[in-house]
Amino acid sequence: MTTPVIQVGHASVGYDGRPVLRDVSLTVTAGEVVAVLGANGSGKSTLIRAVLGLVPLGTGSVELFGVPQRRFRQWHRIGYVPQRLGAGSGVPATVREVVASGRLARRGVLRPPGRADRAAVEAALRAVGLADRARDPVATLSGGQQQRTLIARALAGEPELLVLDEPTAGVDAASQEAFAGALHDFVGTGGTVLLVAHELGPLRPLISRAVVVHQGGVCHDGAVPEPAGHHAEPDHDHVHPHGPEEPAGLWSS
Amino acid sequence: MDLFQYDFMQRALVGALVIGLTAPALGIYLVQRRLALIGDGIGHVALTGVGAGLLLNRSPVLVAVVAAILGAVTIELVRARGRTSGDLALALLFYGGIAGGVMLVGLSDASSANLNAYLFGSLTTTSSADLTTIAVLGASIAVLMLALRPALFAVCHDEEYARVAGLPVRALNLLLAVATAVTVTIAMRAVGVLLISALMVVPVATAQQVTRGFRSTMTAAMALGLFAAGAGIWVAATADTAPGASVVLLAIASFLVVALAAAGWRVLRRRATPAAVTAPEPHEVVLR
Repeated sequence: MTTPVIQVGHASVGYDGRPVLRDVSLTVTAGEVVAVLGANGSGKSTLIRAVLGLVPLGTGSVELFGVPQRRFRQWHRIGYVPQRLGAGSGVPATVREVVASGRLARRGVLRPPGRADRAAVEAALRAVGLADRARDPVATLSGGQQQRTLIARALAGEPELLVLDEPTAGVDAASQEAFAGALHDFVGTGGTVLLVAHELGPLRPLISRAVVVHQGGVCHDGAVPEPAGHHAEPDHDHVHPHGPEEPAGLWSS
Repeated sequence: MDLFQYDFMQRALVGALVIGLTAPALGIYLVQRRLALIGDGIGHVALTGVGAGLLLNRSPVLVAVVAAILGAVTIELVRARGRTSGDLALALLFYGGIAGGVMLVGLSDASSANLNAYLFGSLTTTSSADLTTIAVLGASIAVLMLALRPALFAVCHDEEYARVAGLPVRALNLLLAVATAVTVTIAMRAVGVLLISALMVVPVATAQQVTRGFRSTMTAAMALGLFAAGAGIWVAATADTAPGASVVLLAIASFLVVALAAAGWRVLRRRATPAAVTAPEPHEVVLR
C-alpha cells in the first residue's frame, strides 16, 4: 500500500480557546480529488490551514507524504492556492512576477531563476489562460483572473498536491471554466487535489470524493452529495448572503 | 567657483549617492508591506543610541546601530505576533526612542548643534572613515536586496504563501529589520533621522506612478533616489542650503512632477479613445 498524501488523525483546532475543529480524521491518497464542503463557519477552511501548518494543531496529528507535518521539509511537493491575497500590496507587481514566486519552493532562496524556471512559469500561465496578461499589473485584473494568477503560481512549482481554499468563490463563469480545465490537466498527470468549496459548479465532474464538515466535525465522507430540495431544481439561482468578509477583488482589501 | 574641488564636498556627494541608491532598494519592501513609516520609527530609536554613545564617550554611530537593530527586531517580533496591539507598541517605541535620545544628549556634554547634526544630517562633516563605513554597509545592503529580490518579494507580497512554500520567512523578516536599522544609521549622517524615511519611501512612490511591475519599480526608484541625492547635494552646494532637506525636497518635487504628468497622460489617452467602454464581468451569483 502506498503512503497517503495527507493523513489527519483526530485533529482538534481552537482559536482563543473556542473550538473550531473537533476530532477530525481525513486521509487523502495519491490521485484523489477531494472536496471539503460545508457552510460558512463550519471549519472547512481551518481544516486545510491546519493541514498546511498555518494554524497550530491543538491535539491530534497531521502527516504530509508520510512525514509528520512539523518535520516536513519538501514543500515543493505542495502547491497552495489561498482564497485571496491577504495583505494586499503597496507596490505594483506583474502577473508573471507573482506566478514566478511559485518557483521559489523548488529553487530555493539563493539560486537565480534559470531556463527551467522560466519555462514552468510560461506553462503555468498558459494552463490558466493568462499568457496574454503576463505583463499586466495584477491589480488591473478581474477577481476571477486574480484567482487564476494564484492558481498559476501554485502550478508553476510543479507540485504533486494542490491545496485550494475556495477557488471558485466570487469567480466569473469564464474563469471557472479556465480553472476547471487547468485542474483537469493537473489531475490527468497524476496530481492529487484537496480543495475547499462552497459550491462545486464546473468542478463537479472532477471530484472523486467529498468530505462534508459541519460544526467542526466530519459528518460525511464519500460520494459527492446530490443537491436536495429546491437546490436541485435546474433553474435554481444560487443566492447567498455573502458576508462582508468576502470582498469582490482579491487584491482590494 | 566649483565647490566640488574640495574633499569634504566630494565625500558628501559620494555618501549621498550611496544612500540615494540603497534607501529605495530597501524601502520598496517596506512600502509593499505597508510599513512605509517604519524607517522613521527606527530613526527615533537610533537617536537614543546616539544619546547613549555621546554620554558614554563611545562612537555615537556604532551605539546607534546597536540600538536601531534592537528596536527593529523588537518591532518585527511584535508585528509577527499579531497586529492588534502592534500599533500601540510601535508608538511606545517611537516616542520612547526620541525622548530617550533628547534626554541622554542633554545629560552628556554635547551641544545642541551636535544633536541637530543627527536629527537633520551633516554630510559636510563626513570623515573619510565615515564614508568608508557608509559605502561598505550601503553597498552590501543594496546587493542583498537585489540578490534576494524573489524571496523578499514573495514574503512581503503574501507571507502565508511564502510559509507554505517552505521559505525561511522569519529569517528573511529579521534580515529586512536589520537592514532597515543599518540603512537608517548610515543615512543619519546624510539626511538625519527625521528625514531618512523620505528617501526610503518617496522614490518608490514616484516610480510606481508609471511602472507596472515590481522589478521595474525597484529599478526606477533606485535611479530616482540616485538623482535626488546627486541633484540635492548640487543644490545645497550652489545655493548654500541644508543638504538633507535639499535632497528630500528634490525627491518630493520629482514625485509631484511625475504624478501630475502621469495624471495628465491618462486624461489625454482617455480623450483620444473615448469609445473604450469596458463591459463589467457578469455576476455568477446573485448577491443580496
